Amino acid sequence: MKNNTSLIFEKSVKGRKAFSLPGPVAKGKKPADYIPAGFLRSSLEFPEISELDIVRHYTNLASKNFSVDGNFYPLGSCTMKYNPKINERICAYEGFKDVHPLFPCKKVQGYMSLLKEMEKLLCMITGMDEFCLHPSAGAHGELLGLMLIRAFHDKQGNRRKKIIVPDSSHGTNPSSAAMAGYRIASIKSDRDGQIDLNELRNALDDEVAALMMTNPNTLGLFEDKILEIAGMVHEKGALLYYDGANLNPLLGLCRPGDMGFDVVHLNLHKTFSTPHGGGGPGSGPVGVKKKLEPFLPVPVIRREGDILTFDFNCPDSIGMIKAFWGNTGVILKAFAYITALGDEGLKKTGETSVLNANYLRKKLEEHYNIPFNKACMHEFVISVKDLASKGVHAIDIAKALIDRGIHPPTVYFPLIVEESIMVEPTETESKSTLDSFIDEMVQIRKEAEQDPGSLKNAPVNMSVKRLDEFKAARFPDVRYKAGKNNI
Amino acid sequence: MSIPGDLKYTVSHEWIRVKDNIGTVGITDYAQDKLGDIVFIELPKAGVELEANSDVAVIESVKTAADVYTPLSGKIVKVNSLLDKDPSFINSDPYNKGWIFEIQIKDMSELEKLMDSSVYQNKISED
Repeated sequence: MKNNTSLIFEKSVKGRKAFSLPGPVAKGKKPADYIPAGFLRSSLEFPEISELDIVRHYTNLASKNFSVDGNFYPLGSCTMKYNPKINERICAYEGFKDVHPLFPCKKVQGYMSLLKEMEKLLCMITGMDEFCLHPSAGAHGELLGLMLIRAFHDKQGNRRKKIIVPDSSHGTNPSSAAMAGYRIASIKSDRDGQIDLNELRNALDDEVAALMMTNPNTLGLFEDKILEIAGMVHEKGALLYYDGANLNPLLGLCRPGDMGFDVVHLNLHKTFSTPHGGGGPGSGPVGVKKKLEPFLPVPVIRREGDILTFDFNCPDSIGMIKAFWGNTGVILKAFAYITALGDEGLKKTGETSVLNANYLRKKLEEHYNIPFNKACMHEFVISVKDLASKGVHAIDIAKALIDRGIHPPTVYFPLIVEESIMVEPTETESKSTLDSFIDEMVQIRKEAEQDPGSLKNAPVNMSVKRLDEFKAARFPDVRYKAGKNNI
Repeated sequence: MSIPGDLKYTVSHEWIRVKDNIGTVGITDYAQDKLGDIVFIELPKAGVELEANSDVAVIESVKTAADVYTPLSGKIVKVNSLLDKDPSFINSDPYNKGWIFEIQIKDMSELEKLMDSSVYQNKISED
């Protein structure tokens, strides 16, 4: 029997039922006796389907989902760690899930104190002075961070126009900076894959509002000249922005605030084990040093005597950036994660993420070219440029991994490495999972060399085969057509 | 990899063909090969005046997005609107149908800073 993915509406058969509702009206009455004729409908477009068919429909759909709960997911820079189920359970407690954002403060003192406590925890972890939990995701946090930087310079009467980003930066950095109204100056990395101090010196002028950095950078390398960089940036009156995408390996070991960063955004859905992307929602809290605190969005949670309140009266604030108080359910899950781990647990998290990445790197260096091959942090970048002569590219390796039940690493990023494959195992994977990944990668390398053609059609074992990426981008066919698109 | 001898080249992989004071600009065969299948281009507007090396267009491929820079200072006088409908001409015919814009050159001496085909050939073989 074909396990197809037709819509539940197409499975509908007239008269079939999963559940029988009691009649809508008292005996001898008609719906029209209760409801004005204008609001009555003669039919409802609901599928008619048995309970078993409903269960099969959604179970089969779920089984097509490729997730960290089912498979190894070493997607570099995304920190696809396991999301502990207890987070979900705590988040679903009645006292949390039934709260409405318009409840008066005195009714939700518990929730508010938890948010306040979370701000403190994030300050402790990052070395910042204040935190705002409002942003809905990392990119939203970046935009907020840049708006704070602009407000800071504006207040000093000097609207600066430029943001510096290294050429290894996440694409969201220049995008967010452009959204915030800045021009972008990109600087080249040095031979070691780090920020080139000479390039930075040349780019740093009085027009520069901030330097945006990721540390460790997108090659998985710690920027060890960070204190010098911070000094150079501050000397010019500019600020230093920390993209928290790669915070995981630093947990409990060192803090962006101590390195001289003025603004930090975190991705709770990366470092702090809440779900990613479409399954999220995300959460991108922003931390700042004291000098930027007056500009934080309203409302700010403040203690007035015994009671916590929302303070909207902050004259220098940039205003509201989100309806209500952030994705509080997500913040709650991250709070559960941080408090469950504690200081020691967080430190172990950071250390193990580094250990796992270096284990993979050392095992794979015999089989793959690793352009910046030295002790890495939580991730490292392979280049398969040397396979191009065989007609094999990073995309083919990625697709071959799918056939072997592994989510592909990030490919073609960072842009400074050709044919790149960026691997981030995270701390939650066991040695045996890492060893199986190594075996598969070695096997794929052999195939790429001996029978390169075999990789070109991958994946062949999945319900969706190799997409025509050109057509998918140029002529996307996003409308479902009954019977036609079934896969 | 095709590198026509009658063109000038930039380090950022643009080519320019000069006739009188008008230069026609596109990206090289090497650049289109590195980008992969191109799916979109954001073209400049005619009439805009630019300094040399300013970003003038954005190319999106299945792999990545990349800026196109103007090799010389001047005024954009014409853009290849054919690419709006089908940017894949940059892949299939980078030096002819895949041209991106024409620029009215402000200072002909800037041409001397660009590479000829043999220097460009050496540069990309080092990459």
